[in-house]
Amino acid sequence: MKNGQHDTISLAGTGGMQQFAQLVQDLGMSTKTNDKLNALVQYFTHADARDKVWVIALFSGRRPHRTVNSTQLQSWCAELVQLPLWLLEECYHTVGDLSETIALLIPEQLAADRTTGKPLHYYVEQFLQLEKAEEALKKEFILQSWQELSSKERFVFNKLLSSTFRVGVSQNMMVNALAKTVQIEPSVIAHRISGNWDPVTTGFDDLLLAAGDTIDHSKPYPFYLAYAIEEEVANLGAPAEWQAEWKWDGIRGQIIKRNGQVFVWSRGEDLITDKFPEFAVLASRLPDGVVIDGEVLPIKDGQVLNFNVLQTRIGRKNVTKKHLQEAPAGLFAYDLLELDGQDIRHLSLTERRAALEQLIGSLQLPFIQLSPIVAFNDWKQLTEIREQSRSLNSEGLMLKRKSSAYLVGRKRGDWWKWKIDPLTIDAVMIYAQKGTGRRSNLYTDYTFAVKDGDQLVSFAKAYSGLTDKEFALVDAFVKKNSIEKFGPVRTVKPELVFEIAFEGIAASNRHKSGVALRFPRISRWRTDKKADEINTLEDLKKMLERYGK
Amino acid sequence: MGQIIEFTDKGLYCPAGRFYIDPWEPVDKAIITHAHSDHARAGHKAYLSHHDTIPFLQLRLGEHVYQGIGWNELIYLNGVKVSLHPAGHIIGSSQVRIEQQGEVWVVSGDYKVENDGISGAFEPEPCNVFITESTFGLPIYNWKPQETIYNDIRHWIHDNQLAGKTSVLIAYSLGKAQRVLQAVAPLTGNIFVHGAIYNTHQVLTRGGWNLPEVIRVTPELPKDAYKGQVVIAPPSADGTSWMRRFAPFSVGVCSGWMQVRGHQRRRNADAGFALSDHADWKGLLEAVKATGASKVFATHGFQSVFSRYLNEQGIEAAEVKTAFGGEEEEVVTEPEKADE
Repeated sequence: MKNGQHDTISLAGTGGMQQFAQLVQDLGMSTKTNDKLNALVQYFTHADARDKVWVIALFSGRRPHRTVNSTQLQSWCAELVQLPLWLLEECYHTVGDLSETIALLIPEQLAADRTTGKPLHYYVEQFLQLEKAEEALKKEFILQSWQELSSKERFVFNKLLSSTFRVGVSQNMMVNALAKTVQIEPSVIAHRISGNWDPVTTGFDDLLLAAGDTIDHSKPYPFYLAYAIEEEVANLGAPAEWQAEWKWDGIRGQIIKRNGQVFVWSRGEDLITDKFPEFAVLASRLPDGVVIDGEVLPIKDGQVLNFNVLQTRIGRKNVTKKHLQEAPAGLFAYDLLELDGQDIRHLSLTERRAALEQLIGSLQLPFIQLSPIVAFNDWKQLTEIREQSRSLNSEGLMLKRKSSAYLVGRKRGDWWKWKIDPLTIDAVMIYAQKGTGRRSNLYTDYTFAVKDGDQLVSFAKAYSGLTDKEFALVDAFVKKNSIEKFGPVRTVKPELVFEIAFEGIAASNRHKSGVALRFPRISRWRTDKKADEINTLEDLKKMLERYGK
Repeated sequence: MGQIIEFTDKGLYCPAGRFYIDPWEPVDKAIITHAHSDHARAGHKAYLSHHDTIPFLQLRLGEHVYQGIGWNELIYLNGVKVSLHPAGHIIGSSQVRIEQQGEVWVVSGDYKVENDGISGAFEPEPCNVFITESTFGLPIYNWKPQETIYNDIRHWIHDNQLAGKTSVLIAYSLGKAQRVLQAVAPLTGNIFVHGAIYNTHQVLTRGGWNLPEVIRVTPELPKDAYKGQVVIAPPSADGTSWMRRFAPFSVGVCSGWMQVRGHQRRRNADAGFALSDHADWKGLLEAVKATGASKVFATHGFQSVFSRYLNEQGIEAAEVKTAFGGEEEEVVTEPEKADE
């Protein structure tokens, strides 16, 4: 890529928004981790300090709330460029991204007399101020900005507006880039940028360099994450050196009790304390200076329920009494990271576990449990035990070296996840829609059906699992074999058969088939099978009976 | 009187003149708008096209009965008046004007309205019915002026040189490659090209075209020769082992499709330049209006969108399916071998 030397030239005398747009473009186009890292380091070295704080915030999920919706953006854009709405929608389906569509539709000439050089923080903070303003004011600001920005800048501006910022940058990578820029250990940086801080009032140096005089009691530790094990478990060595636990399928989180207050964080670094009033009682039960790592799960009478139960309340703004009764949440504790206000992550897993067992034991709260240790003598025995995972609503096993410290981020070596094989079913593709991002203008989003007598019943959508080459072939098939067009969706001759893999199944009255699948994806293209050889609705229902409790 | 041109399953057919335009099945008489492979196919008994197109038909299709004419040169085919007019798409590319009993139909073939300095300047022909391509018939496709894109390409090459990388530009061997050559020539005299582009270059220079000199990439050349230099290669070579010799290199794809980020990311290009040989949205509208046609047929590309928009603008339009790539498909890749 064109990083390095390139940036030092182009950054001079350009506006903050342009630098940011260039960063987003470099990150989006580069395929190599090192190029992305360099682009970030360059940015963090040269950009405006307040802009940098915003970039850290944006790339770590601290986006401003969406203050306008996509319908408003579409209609304002259509009005500005004097095109009918249907045409704008056609463009959108081809581009696969509304922000980019608008960026491309507004001609550059209109931007001829633009006032360049406004920084990124100007635009972001303007949105924040307009959050509760009336529509006319928002519209005025947005139309004005569209016209004063270049196409690339307009694209990132729209991304900020619609709060759909996704860049191919992991938290880890940003932490590493910041660490390289300011020459501080990545683990320290990871901790400093976590938790509750406001990009409007926090300076770059305050955030990264000084510990600051205000102590943030809510600050979580970076999570330690595991890779999936690829080799034989027997190669891990002596079973006695390893601790096995069930891998639960819930919300990985940290419960923090400091200064008399309880905070619950999700792995996505969202403060979710208010979503789980169940944990409020911990304020009086947990001692101060405690951080527990665990899984938030639907737990009733000590039994873990299907995760689907909890999903009904996660998205809600207000958690009602009914939710609390029907989908009660609890915690399965995995680890203890802080005790008596001391960071104990450097201790061995065995030592931390002992402290955790003592702590949880003393609580005597039925919804706060230890995630049980799975006892085993040899790998063969553990392999057999793993087969029970699905019946416990678990995804498989976690393997942790007993001597391991609690590390930062996703690391190989000491922790491994060992998931069970997914469930699969053969289905035929019946609808196709164009994808987004790098699959724009290609039919890559499919809906699949199973047989029910001589009918086909749709039951799942899947977007992933094929190679680029296979997608190209399916795309060509869709173009040649579409029957009807409903907006962006094509109905397709039911001919292509795919094996669909999924992690779980639950009853659903929102779907025609009566089932909802968890993480459905294409596991392979069954070119060897014809449409009349696919599975039936009856087969799905049997799976539901067996695994869908 | 029936239609001057009918839409048949072999292609566009003029029954009175008994000839086809860019047919995709073998016919007795074919007028070929330009030498790209989705328009110029082998197996017809007799070909008619612009003089400059003939050498490429010979190169790509072998020996056939070819007749070349110039632009604005009137000929009669079975009593029907036929003439060719510059389409600005690639060298030799032509629109076909057909006149019968005072009614005029024009088949655009592929065209672009910006004069690229090589392919001849597009001239709108007044007509009653205009059959237009619509490859980029969506308003998101708005090209920057050629010189701006050339500058972008030159900046990119400069950045690559600073980073010690070879710049590999991907461009179709006939048309785009000659434009890219034009963009690169002011920077360097050492321009390396793939065999397919070299062959095209030879045909053009033999035909008297004054093009910058190129060096053919051959197995004999030492790897050092390419260091920091510019290479032009056709799409079929992109991502093949042929490219390895240029390492470390950066790939820049020159195509109108590069307008959209997703396309660029899918191609795994390090850089994309939206340099097209087709008219953009404004260009299509401009061309349609300049012909003054009262009826428009839109073919290959976004024909349904484009014709619907024209209808809403008060210009009667309909879509026609052709075999020049189905709806919204990427430009058909020319059959070029990756080997030298």
